[in-house]
Formats: sequence, structure tokens, C-alpha cells
Amino acid sequence: MLQKDVLVIGAGPAGLAASIEAGKYGASTLLVDLNMQPGGQLFKQIHKFFGSSAHRSGTRGYDIGKQLLQEAQEANVEIWMQSTVIGIFPEHKVAIEKGLDSGKKEMITIQAKKIIIATGASENAIRFNGWTTPGVMGAGAAQTMINVNHVKPGQQIVMLGTGNVGLIVSYQLMQAGCDVVSLIEAAPKIGGYAVHAAKIRRAGVPIRLRHTIIEAKKGENGCVCGCVIAEVNEHFQPIPGTEETIACDTIALAAGLKPTMDLVKLAGCKLTFNGPFGGYIPLHNDRMETSCLGIFVAGDTTGVEEANTALEEGKIAGISVAEDLGLISPDTASNQRKEIWERLHSLRLGPFGERRMQEKEAVMKEYETCIGAPIPIQ
Amino acid sequence: MCLRVKNHVILDCEHTGKEVEILVDGKVIKAFEGEPVLAALLNAGIKINRYTVKRKEPRGLFCGIGQCTDCAMVVDGKANVRTCITPVQAGMVIQTQDGLSKGE
Amino acid sequence: MALINTGYLEYDELKNIQTLPDDERFSKGPVAIIECVQEIPCNPCEAACHFGAIQVGEPITNLPTLIGEKCIGCGMCVARCPGLAIVVVDKTCSDTTATVSFPFEYYPIPTVGEERKALNRKGEIVCSGKIVKVVNPASYDHTPVVTVEIPKEFADEVRTVERV
Repeated sequence: MLQKDVLVIGAGPAGLAASIEAGKYGASTLLVDLNMQPGGQLFKQIHKFFGSSAHRSGTRGYDIGKQLLQEAQEANVEIWMQSTVIGIFPEHKVAIEKGLDSGKKEMITIQAKKIIIATGASENAIRFNGWTTPGVMGAGAAQTMINVNHVKPGQQIVMLGTGNVGLIVSYQLMQAGCDVVSLIEAAPKIGGYAVHAAKIRRAGVPIRLRHTIIEAKKGENGCVCGCVIAEVNEHFQPIPGTEETIACDTIALAAGLKPTMDLVKLAGCKLTFNGPFGGYIPLHNDRMETSCLGIFVAGDTTGVEEANTALEEGKIAGISVAEDLGLISPDTASNQRKEIWERLHSLRLGPFGERRMQEKEAVMKEYETCIGAPIPIQ
Repeated sequence: MCLRVKNHVILDCEHTGKEVEILVDGKVIKAFEGEPVLAALLNAGIKINRYTVKRKEPRGLFCGIGQCTDCAMVVDGKANVRTCITPVQAGMVIQTQDGLSKGE
Repeated sequence: MALINTGYLEYDELKNIQTLPDDERFSKGPVAIIECVQEIPCNPCEAACHFGAIQVGEPITNLPTLIGEKCIGCGMCVARCPGLAIVVVDKTCSDTTATVSFPFEYYPIPTVGEERKALNRKGEIVCSGKIVKVVNPASYDHTPVVTVEIPKEFADEVRTVERV
């Protein structure tokens, strides 16, 4: 069986940052991911990031991705793509299926002293009549098509949801040459940042608040040819008689994300339910260690936030495993973590961030009271 | 129909892979080597990847990152291939998948 | 805030939240207008300004403030603001016209001399404008800054031009 100091699962911002820290201090580090290319969702983020100018803000997401891949190489991180973790067993034995769906797959078992799970999040679906019709897709899927694969998912887009994902992807669809017909939002106010909404409105695109999509219209080709929207009441129920049909060939759903928990559950980590963070998440301490000894988490898996918070959490996890492997002193690790927590704190301020800061603190407090110290996987 | 993004203020949309041909349900379409099969199909206007087992309903791109399996097709005789995370190779033979096809 | 119900700012609303240049400052030449009105963690504008005219400070969720006397209207902040929320307005270019310089990340980028319809914050056509300058150096990282000349009375309204 292949032996590694550290196995990191998920090559997005959190997993890359964690691998870089662990690798940099000399841990033999393997990073695995099921996709074709590393970077997670960073390479489809073509906008300039918010945050502190001291830490890569103002830089476009894909450039941050390129920098991370460079740093991972310098830190001797081994990266396996098209590799799916399908089992986590006691003593940190992990089964990995490697290879393309279309080719021959290989089953590899490895044992790692430490495991970092950074599997990110997946998009929520909204179910309305016809929601499975081809042409209805996640906003992130549309974003991947235009910005990574350079193919438009369709020409006329209706976006459901006005959180930052809905607003940013709408803008980027227009940059790619699509027509965004309308944004539809059930809430009485726009969910995302005003500056993102302002870009949409300047472009002349209407934002329909207190409305939802109740049906995707299927054309003769079996694909979306329009949608029916309706006004909703204060209980988010459609009001009969307010229906309108909008012609479109694509309906993009931006209804939030939920942490991808499969492996966290498989490992047996203790969970908690947290609405603002998107659903069930693993309890973890301020070192990003879960209830399972030697199993760490970082990024959206621990609660849906943003790439910049995922990067910082990844660093904390990487530093903590380096510490536990005896590669850096507890003092050094503790000081570095302190600096990162201060940066995370500043990213979680203001009307959009405070709630996440409170929830993060609550998760770590629950860890201290319910678990105290991590225990080996049973 | 061409849905390729050609001009963009931020992105360089030149494909690095060479242009090749693949066979989709008996029809030849152009694609770039290394791009996801799904992207090549979308550009050719093909949005239906499979039909469901019981109701024979069409399914197409939904997550685009290998999670949801809605874009599964029969590729080179192998069924249940997620086309959004499968790179194009010259001469690939792709078929719309009917239910839980066993492939060939 | 009406903004979160509509997606656009009314000028009066903006004036209540942001410190905008006064008439005296406008009379002295081009100046930045910062239309950033929510406390989000973001401060690249502060570092972008070589003249120390934009202050954010700590915490980085502070709204940026413009020091009108220090601003020379160079437009660096226009390209660097990740929210595309800054424009430079020059009300001194002629007796009857003003210019607005704004970020424009759509293809095709306008060209100098071109006539394009000038739009307000709601995307409504306000007037016709003439493109007088397009700046897109590597340091702007693919955020071209376009300057449109318009009748002076629309200087506080016009914020972009139509996409074609």
C-alpha cells in the first residue's frame, strides 16, 4: 500500500492551499481530485476578487489558480486528477478510483498519516415543473461552460436567484455574448452585493423581485424554450393569475450551495446542522481538525463561503498537519494560525460577513463542548 | 449553430487542442482535443445526452463538474460516461444513452 | 436602502452614503466618484491610488472615502475596483460637455471617435455620447477604462454606454 504523510482530497482553493503548506514544510503530500484539471472552481472565476489588497484581492480568480498551481509544484505536491475517493477506512486507509469514465479505471489504496477533506460544495436545485428539461442547469454549470470551456450553454438566459453567484454569472454570461433576459428572485430584496447588481442594471437587465419560476417550457426539440414566472406572496407561494411566460433557451439556477459532505460522513466525522452555512457541516476546532483524529477539513465543506476564506482555512489545515507531523514547532504553528484567523476575521466583517463569523465561532464552540479532543476513527 | 465564445475582453478563447472529428449518433461533428465531450456537443447544438429509464425523459448538462450524472452517454461502447469530465479524443464514438444502457 | 430593492442607486441616495466631490472640486478638473455603498471586505482601491486620495483603513469593511483635493482623476482606481463601482467625471472639458470615464468589460470595446448611446445606472438611454478615450494597459488587467463625452447636464447620470 502506498504510504503518504498527507492526503488532501479536493484540488480547489482550500485543498491547494492546504497542500502547499503541508508540502512546503516537507510532508509527502498527495492531492487528489475527480475533475480533469486542478483548481476547483477558481478557473471559472474570471472576475477580480474582493478582500484585502495584501492578500491577492483585485486579482482575477483564474490568476490566483495559476499562482496556486505554481506554488504547489514548488512545494513538491503530487497531484492526481480524475481520481475519486470512494472509501475511507480505519487507520487512514483510503480507496481511490483513478481513471476516466471512458477508459480503464484503476483501484489504488493508500495510507496517509493525515487526511484533509476539501471537497467543496455543490449547487442547490430548485424544483418546478419541467426542471429536469435540458437547458435547465446550475448557474455554476453555465459559468463553467463559458469561462472554462468557452462554449455558451444557450443564447437567451433566465437566471433564478440574485445572490452573488446569480449576479456574477449573469454578468459573465453577458461578457461571453449571451443575452440575459431577466433575473428572478423570490425574496423582496436582492441577495448579493449591490455593486454586482449595479452592473446588471447598468446593462439594462431587469431584476424581478418577489417572483419565482413555476414552469420550464419544453420545445419540440425536447429542450427549454421558455419559462413561466409568477409573483409570490410573503410565504413564497405563487399568486394565481400573475403568471407570465418569458422566452429563453436556458434557465440557470443560482439558489445557493450546500457543502459536499459524502467523504466527511464516510469518515464518521461528527456533524452539525447550520442553515447559514448551507446545511450539514463537520464540527471542527480552530486547527480545522474534525472529531476524527488526524482528519481535517477546509473550505466550503465546512460551510459555504468564498474562495478567499477557503484559501485561508486551507492554510490553517496545512499548518496544523505539518505541526502534528513534527515538521514545525507548536509555537510557529500557533503564531501562523493566529495571523490567519485575524485575516479570516476581517473577511467576515460587515453586514454580509458578521453572521458567518458568529456561526463559525458557534461551530468551534460546539466542537469544544461536545467533543473536546479528536478521537481515532472507529 | 455555433455557441463557441470567440471574442472576450478578459479571456483568451483560443483552444490549445487540435481540431478533430468525433462521431455522435452516426453524425460527424468537429471538436477540440482535450475539451469535455459535453462542450463539443453543446457547440454542435446537441443538448440531450440521455433518456431516463422509466419515463424516457431527456436529460442534459446540469452540474458541469462530474457530480450529477445527467450528461452520461455511451462513449466508445462504454455506458454511463460523464461527458462533462471526459476529454475529447479524435475519432471518439458517442451515442445518446437510453436508460441504463449496458453499452456494447 | 432603495438600492437592494432595485439594483441601482439614485444620485440622492448615493450622496447620503458617500462623500462626493462638491461643485468647487468639480470646477477644478476630473475627479473620482466612488459608488461603493455597502460595507464589504474589500480595499484594493486604497492601494491603487498613488496619490493617497482613497482611504479605507481598518477594518477593510470600511466604506472607501475620497479626499477630493488629492485626487487627480487619473482613473487607476476605476480599473482596479473589483466591483466596477468607481467612475471619473470631468465637468471642465468644455462649456457644454462633460466626460465620464468608466470600466467596460464587454466585447467589442468602444473605439475612439465612435458614437454610442450613453446609459444611466438603470441601463436607460440618457443621450448620445462620443467616445474620446479608451485606456487598456496591462496594469488594468483586462478592465478597459472608456471615456465618453456627453452634454454637461447628464454628468451625474451617465455611467456607461450601450453594449453592441
